[in-house]
Amino acid sequence: MTDAAAGPPRDPQAPQEAQYPQDPAAAQPMVQLLDRHGVRRTHPEHEVDLEPEELLALLRDMVLLRRLDTESEALQRQGQLGLWPGSRGQEAAQVGAGRATRRQDQVFPSYRDHGAVLARGIDPLHILSVFRGVDHGGWDPATTGMHPYTLVIAAQMLPAVGYAMGVQRDGAVGTGDAARDSAVITYFGDGATSQGEAAEALNWASVYQAPVVFFCQNNQWAISEPVSRQSPVPLHQRAAGSGMPAVLVDGNDVLAVLAVTRAAMDRARAGGGPTFIEAFTYRMGAHTTSDDPTRYRSAAEVDAWREKDPIDRFRTHLRAEGLLDDEHEAALAAESDAFAERLRAGVREIPDPDPVSMFEHAYAEPHPQVLAERDEFLAAWEQHDEEARELAGGAS
Amino acid sequence: MNQRFALPDVGEGLTEAEIVSWKVTTGDTVAVNDVLVEIETAKSLVELPSPYAGTVVRLLAAEGETVDVGADIVVIGDGAEPAEPAEPAEPAEPAGPAEPAQPAEPVAPAPAEATPSAAAPAAGADSSGATLVGYGTREAAPSRRRRGAPAAQQTAAQQPAAGGHVLAKPPVRKLARDLGVDLATARATGPGGTVTRADVLALVPSAPAEPARRVEKHDRERHVPIRGVRKATAAAMVESAFSAPHVTVFTTVDATRTMKLVQRLKADPEYADVRVSPLLLVAKALLVAVRRNPDINATWDEANQVIVVKNYVNLGIAVATPRGLLVPNVKDADELSLKDLAVRLGELTATARAGKAQPRDLAEGTITITNVGTFGIDAGTPILNPGEAAILAVGKISQRPWVHKGKVRPRYLATLSLSFDHRMLDGESGSRALADIAAVLEDPARALTWS
Repeated sequence: MTDAAAGPPRDPQAPQEAQYPQDPAAAQPMVQLLDRHGVRRTHPEHEVDLEPEELLALLRDMVLLRRLDTESEALQRQGQLGLWPGSRGQEAAQVGAGRATRRQDQVFPSYRDHGAVLARGIDPLHILSVFRGVDHGGWDPATTGMHPYTLVIAAQMLPAVGYAMGVQRDGAVGTGDAARDSAVITYFGDGATSQGEAAEALNWASVYQAPVVFFCQNNQWAISEPVSRQSPVPLHQRAAGSGMPAVLVDGNDVLAVLAVTRAAMDRARAGGGPTFIEAFTYRMGAHTTSDDPTRYRSAAEVDAWREKDPIDRFRTHLRAEGLLDDEHEAALAAESDAFAERLRAGVREIPDPDPVSMFEHAYAEPHPQVLAERDEFLAAWEQHDEEARELAGGAS
Repeated sequence: MNQRFALPDVGEGLTEAEIVSWKVTTGDTVAVNDVLVEIETAKSLVELPSPYAGTVVRLLAAEGETVDVGADIVVIGDGAEPAEPAEPAEPAEPAGPAEPAQPAEPVAPAPAEATPSAAAPAAGADSSGATLVGYGTREAAPSRRRRGAPAAQQTAAQQPAAGGHVLAKPPVRKLARDLGVDLATARATGPGGTVTRADVLALVPSAPAEPARRVEKHDRERHVPIRGVRKATAAAMVESAFSAPHVTVFTTVDATRTMKLVQRLKADPEYADVRVSPLLLVAKALLVAVRRNPDINATWDEANQVIVVKNYVNLGIAVATPRGLLVPNVKDADELSLKDLAVRLGELTATARAGKAQPRDLAEGTITITNVGTFGIDAGTPILNPGEAAILAVGKISQRPWVHKGKVRPRYLATLSLSFDHRMLDGESGSRALADIAAVLEDPARALTWS
């Protein structure tokens, strides 16, 4: 059943790799600054000029993100996490977009956007606490500028638009003050575009010219549903219907994603309104640890995308530019190992929450009805404990 | 220090998994995240990486065994303690009441060296409290498997408070209800004083406590656990053989013209990218025969006391796959052109052989072909796919001497056998159907005149 050598399933509707199966000609040209062999290209509209240390920092972000993914998958298999949605293959999209945000910006992620979380300087153990099932949020959105993960598909998109409209009403758009002007970015997948909220969010953002960037990671698969069965037109063309500009970018090219997202965020901060970005990428792993992708997609398709690995491509580029040497690689590998060790040790230390804490976050201020429920709960718990001790004959 | 690795729930709410194969054995050195074992859950095959670095001290579950989530499956030591004796997977019958090496039926919440992390903060001194939120207090492995001996030998068992509320998992409660056993009378041997399945079974007089699944090695025998496709096939065949009275009729057919047609089609540019085989024409012949004898494409509806004759043909093909015998079927095969039929047959058998047959491919067949000829066999008496009225077996097609136009000639001969359900079909209708199939194979042009 998981025989990878069995070849492609003979599904006549199986999509071709790396192009819009319905009508490739209908798609915009894809913005690319590094081709699949790691050769630097120029683009008339989108460019990015980075210092060597900034380039190396992008590589580090991607390497650590992949290590987070590998390690977390193992931790799930070892019973330390309840579930893990993998980000492998989407490093360039997430790191590139993540590095385009500023401190005052607000991010509304989906649930696979671990790179976006790392880019905000949030401890990855907070992500693991969510998937360990001991925390519903993981981090403080107010201080980090990072909304909690949203597991309901597309449900983060309207709140993102609402937040952006709030930013607008605060007058934090188009002032020309780089430390004040703010934008919102929301992450979602190809499957999310099929939700009604996505259509509402795009329309509403456009009507109000809200400072929000819609960052769609088209990873080709909504669990087992290919994008060809999600949309008859390329996803970025959805934006035209709501009257906002759209860019199709190679989501496995970290430089192109950074350039495109930076431009869109700058435009939003300056009061230019929303932008739709489609980052064309691929989910290399399973949808989550509960999924077996060999049941619906072929090994040949995965192999074809492995050739376009975002990290390998960027590494090749840095090597060719003479920015990356063996010494730096070794240091990065050591840092990655230490990072993994910290995750492994840290996840076991995450304390289970006190059940009573669920009553503490329902309202900002004490609420008589909730307090009464809490007391009732405590009494029931006490009684349960007593009974259990009796029945267990003191064994506990 | 020895660490125990308990079977995790790898897929959101699974309760058990089968050990498919161990990738390590006792004495192996493993690093963190080295693959220890492959397991099969209700969802998929999954490899489990080691959470610990060290030496494999002991495997606690055998391949083929189904293990509950939360049960320890392997002990990994850091080398400070000597490894336990090899081949521990076959413990001697417990000689005395105590069985210190087994993690079984512990009275205390968990073995002291159990994974220190997950349950620790909430469990520990106050394990019962955590049951409120569904995790924390985990049931340590009840190692009921493999050992035929019921848990009655556990002398350390506790007696629940008489007349009080008895602690037991819902499936155990149901088992007790089904068996008519009063849970309150059971000796609770589970963690926290819970009544286990074995405790309930121990109360049933001469109940086969847990069927001993023998998977151990034996010099002169091989014990193959009955499960998966084998188990399903066995159940289907018993149901079919003992509910439908089978009759099989045979005929030998001169398939020379069919073989010539196969050659012609292979050379036909229109069929260039399709696999053309004699089986394709046998399938077509059967479809023609069904059109003339619709009664063979029927099912016996015992509940409603009707024979349901189908006006569509979902044509099943028996396929030997790595998982065992599967019978995927081509939906509405009677409406397909010969070329489309060839395409669908090719897809279906390739998918099944690759182990990727979907449940819908296997459901709702109406009639079946089994191609025993591929194994070099002349004929067989096939057993009906349950619910179907007829099944056609096709023997080897090979050149043999045959009287043709008054002379003995080498001709391509094949033996066809048709088994049918005598409740629905009599000798006459079954024989007519088989004769029609043979007539089409003898002269494929008949398919034109009969369609």
